[in-house]
Amino acid sequence: MQVNEDKEFQPLIVAFCCNWCSYAGADLSGTNRLNYPANVKIIRVPCSCRVNPMFILRAFQRGADGVILCGCHPGDCHYTSGNYFTRRRMTLLFSMLDFLGIERDRTRVEWVSAAEGAKFAATMNEFTEAVKKLGPNLRLEDLRCRKQ
Amino acid sequence: MQRIGVFVCHCGTNIAATVDVKAVAEALGYEAGVVISQDYQYMCSESGQNLIKDAIKEHSLTSVVVCSCSPRMHENTFRKAAAAAGLNPYLVEIANIREQCSWIHKDIASATEKAVILGRAAIAKVHLNAPLTAGESPVVKRALVIGGGIAGIQTALDIAEAGFDVDIVEKEPTIGGKMAQIDKTFPTLDCAACILTPKMVECAQNERIHIHSYSEITDVKGFVGNFTVTVKKKARFVDETKCTGCGLCMEKCPMKKVPNEFNMGLDNRTAVYIPFAQAVPKVAAIDPNYCLMLKNGKCGVCSKVCSVGAIDYKQTDKYIEEKYGAIVVATGFNPIKIDKYEEFAYSQSPDVVTSLELERLMNAAGPNGGTLLRPSDKKHPHTIVFVQCVGSRCDDGKGKPYCSKICCMYTAKHAMLIREKYPDTEVYVFYIDVRTPGKNFDEFYRRAVEQYGVHYIKGMVGKVTPVSDGSLDVQASDLLANEQLHIKADMVVLAAAIEPDKSARPLATMLTTQMDTNDFFTEAHPKLRPVESATAGIFLSGACQGPKDIPETVAQASAAAAKAIGLLCRNSITCNPCIAHSDELMCNGCSSCEKVCPYGAITYIDKEFRMPDRTTRIRRVASVNPAVCQGCGACTVACPSGAMDLNGFSNSQIMAEVDAICK
Amino acid sequence: MQEAMIKRAEELFSNGTVNRVLGWKSGEFAYDHTPAVFTSAEELERDFVCDDFTSANLSKYLVKETKKDGRILAFLKPCDTYSFNQLVKEHRVDREKVYVIGIPGGPKLDIEKIKAKGITGILNVKNENYTLKIETIYGTSEMPFFEAVSGKCASCKSKKHVVYDELIGEDGDVLESDRFAMIEKLENMTAQERYDFWRGELSKCIRCNACRNVCPACTCEKCVFDNPDSGLENKAAADSFEENMFHIIRAFHVAGRCTDCGECSRVCPQNIPLHLLNRKFIKDINSLYGTYQAGENTTDKAPLNDYKLDDCEASVVHERGVE
Repeated sequence: MQVNEDKEFQPLIVAFCCNWCSYAGADLSGTNRLNYPANVKIIRVPCSCRVNPMFILRAFQRGADGVILCGCHPGDCHYTSGNYFTRRRMTLLFSMLDFLGIERDRTRVEWVSAAEGAKFAATMNEFTEAVKKLGPNLRLEDLRCRKQ
Repeated sequence: MQRIGVFVCHCGTNIAATVDVKAVAEALGYEAGVVISQDYQYMCSESGQNLIKDAIKEHSLTSVVVCSCSPRMHENTFRKAAAAAGLNPYLVEIANIREQCSWIHKDIASATEKAVILGRAAIAKVHLNAPLTAGESPVVKRALVIGGGIAGIQTALDIAEAGFDVDIVEKEPTIGGKMAQIDKTFPTLDCAACILTPKMVECAQNERIHIHSYSEITDVKGFVGNFTVTVKKKARFVDETKCTGCGLCMEKCPMKKVPNEFNMGLDNRTAVYIPFAQAVPKVAAIDPNYCLMLKNGKCGVCSKVCSVGAIDYKQTDKYIEEKYGAIVVATGFNPIKIDKYEEFAYSQSPDVVTSLELERLMNAAGPNGGTLLRPSDKKHPHTIVFVQCVGSRCDDGKGKPYCSKICCMYTAKHAMLIREKYPDTEVYVFYIDVRTPGKNFDEFYRRAVEQYGVHYIKGMVGKVTPVSDGSLDVQASDLLANEQLHIKADMVVLAAAIEPDKSARPLATMLTTQMDTNDFFTEAHPKLRPVESATAGIFLSGACQGPKDIPETVAQASAAAAKAIGLLCRNSITCNPCIAHSDELMCNGCSSCEKVCPYGAITYIDKEFRMPDRTTRIRRVASVNPAVCQGCGACTVACPSGAMDLNGFSNSQIMAEVDAICK
Repeated sequence: MQEAMIKRAEELFSNGTVNRVLGWKSGEFAYDHTPAVFTSAEELERDFVCDDFTSANLSKYLVKETKKDGRILAFLKPCDTYSFNQLVKEHRVDREKVYVIGIPGGPKLDIEKIKAKGITGILNVKNENYTLKIETIYGTSEMPFFEAVSGKCASCKSKKHVVYDELIGEDGDVLESDRFAMIEKLENMTAQERYDFWRGELSKCIRCNACRNVCPACTCEKCVFDNPDSGLENKAAADSFEENMFHIIRAFHVAGRCTDCGECSRVCPQNIPLHLLNRKFIKDINSLYGTYQAGENTTDKAPLNDYKLDDCEASVVHERGVE
């Protein structure tokens, strides 16, 4: 979380992107010079199924305000089935976070192919706006990690 | 203690215009473990790489971070540079400050700040990088070609010519595929059999090629360079080693009313049969669905007349297992079933035929001996209507969304052949577009129109109605003249869309290769790796990858062969070292990881452990086959104890990145 | 019942079928029975107990016990057999080394519910026609049996033994239970209300690890929370994040494996309704991926190790219920 001089809340967004589709899609939005906010920081993983729920909790703990997970479209996984497992895992995890009363719009899964540079940028713009509306992550923050 | 070198690339102005590279290099220089941090115009250039190499030696660097373009672009370049300077290549990390920073942000301050954060994340990760060594796995010097059409034949011949053994597995009793059924080929109009059958014979005679006809793949295990494949040799009730192909059994077989699939069911064959005269292998097979001996136990004529005693009614399916280094898929295509297109009266009138049926009707070895007669009354047809795109370019769910690609050209061929042989026959072609890209293709089509006077009409046929006088009323629209037409036709020929063979999807599952929604195999890259599948060691040849004509199929078949040969030439292949591994001390042996592994790379072993109290205990623990694992990481999350981890993307590395980004 | 069990155990001892018996032994009071392994008929006669207070699920003890030599006799209630099956499926328990005798299940009693009535100094509790006669140092008190039934038995899912070598008493059926009622109630709250509810509950957590230690699904050789290399190591919950994280990860690790035996809530000294977290996963799995009961058999693929091509997207979470 950062607070600008004009006091507009700037959320910190962590995006996990699979190497084969979404990371390439993110590269493509760069190649096409499609803007999305600098709030988004991308972490490359081989496949969306590499993302452990604890990475997501860790991001929230350390000060992320939103976490988005991007992978190949179902059926297009480089490893044939990884994103199908991701889909179940993340559905259950997000449902649990929601059950605990943590704002559901702080987490998202989006399928972005290597060809969808425009979708990647649009998704990041949208997601950043949605998290901006929610304000800082307070319900799943670790007070010891709060920046001052 | 780590000694990290950080190198920030300007990429000309690509990065430097929006990111203050000097500030980034300076900021990252203060990070723990960083001993040198510098910027340079083009890190990927030779002098840039030399900068890294020199720094590794001069500062005894233990790892390197390059802030530059996407790792998908130059990760390998920098890894090679590090390796050249004696550093393990996996101790290099890339911070993507071009595609994911300078190119998407306009504000220099925020772009620079983000570049520093991305740099810090890479430094945090590289702190935990371990040197990795790629393993090696041997290559079996034998290839498998699945499918014996022109694609499979060409691939097999090329591989054999390069000096490697190759097996063709063909599900029909003979190789040859669709091309064997075709009469003439465009755009040269040479006879298909004349150019195909010599290649089939070549296959049979080449001592490096082994043909398993009437066989199917039932299981594929293993990985690139080392596949183990089970082939089911279906019982053909004829001993292949004894049968001479004399054909006496066919002459004497009393069961003569079996629809002849080679002639598209337009005439009949016997229960014991050789599909066509030039079949390879020229060995008979008995159709168990029709053979009286196999069905009722009464007959046995073929066995009596066979002078070499090749008939064996007791033959059963045989399974053989063979190892291969490379697999080429050449499963080909089929025309779609057009029973959904009731408007064309295909099932109501025998005079409405598909293009492949027309090929047989016109073929000298076909049911009419080469004279074009309409099927209903064997009379000479005077008006023939061709309907294009039946089931192709369809969005209505009945057909296929794609263009079948070959129909425009073969229809021009049919029209031309008919006009040439029977100048009194009028030929109409209804089309959406005429697509003729290809060498000499458009010239060919124009000849059909200009020289042979074929009537090309832009528009679709709405309905075909059989009339009581035996003719067909074709109701169509002419889009250019904007009028409705009725044509009294003697025959209607439908250009049915083509689709991948039904055997392709289960095969893709066995091979763990990808398919698109139409069941065509997906190439590893649509432009740059068009004949490889995404699964290493599996190559694609012919129409199994998408609709193709013969020249294209043969070109792709040879390309697939070249790729397979390239693999077979190597004694061993380097494995990806970024793979999963299990910490035996923490593994529960619960089998979760095995269940999610798409490659079957995980097995379990009972291992003895020394306990703190000096007793030994045997525990079931997971073991990853490094040659099979592709490094997706599905197992790492399925593992409840965290015993499974992934080289290059370990739990601690990813969390270090998270921490650095969120700091 | 207790006599029949001891008698059968002694028979199996003497004919050499087993060399140990896993059951419960009486404690200092009439209600604090603990799981125990018996190695002789004498021990059985002296300490073996099975009554309304023997709630503990014995299956987890078999992870260690089946590593030892010889066969062990285990008395398993219907709910325990699900846990047992799940452990067999995950290769944590060697089925061959256990002789399973299925015994009827509860309802078992929760002493805390009796104490909550203000009854103290309890010496003995007797069930007479579903009225509890409670003998205390101050005299005898009474209360209805069903008011003292433990939470996990009150929402019993099944009286059926899914695995056994023999039965003492009769086998029952899978029950229709309203175990998801509380989950639904929470789902219908607003996010803020849910957050407040769980903060209220989870902030009571003292990280004693009782829930983890008793859980028959938590049998890892080394738990991630004890492993300094896991990035999750955590010995005491320092703040609200760590309270949340521990319980989210704990529930996630057993998602699709939890049989809903209810031991976590039973042992929680702070009375946190931890089973609700597990049950939320079970409810989600049932509704999104088809009904699944962990431990029902040893062959079905666990829902998180499986997928269907047309599974719902994660956005289903955003589309349903109350914000």
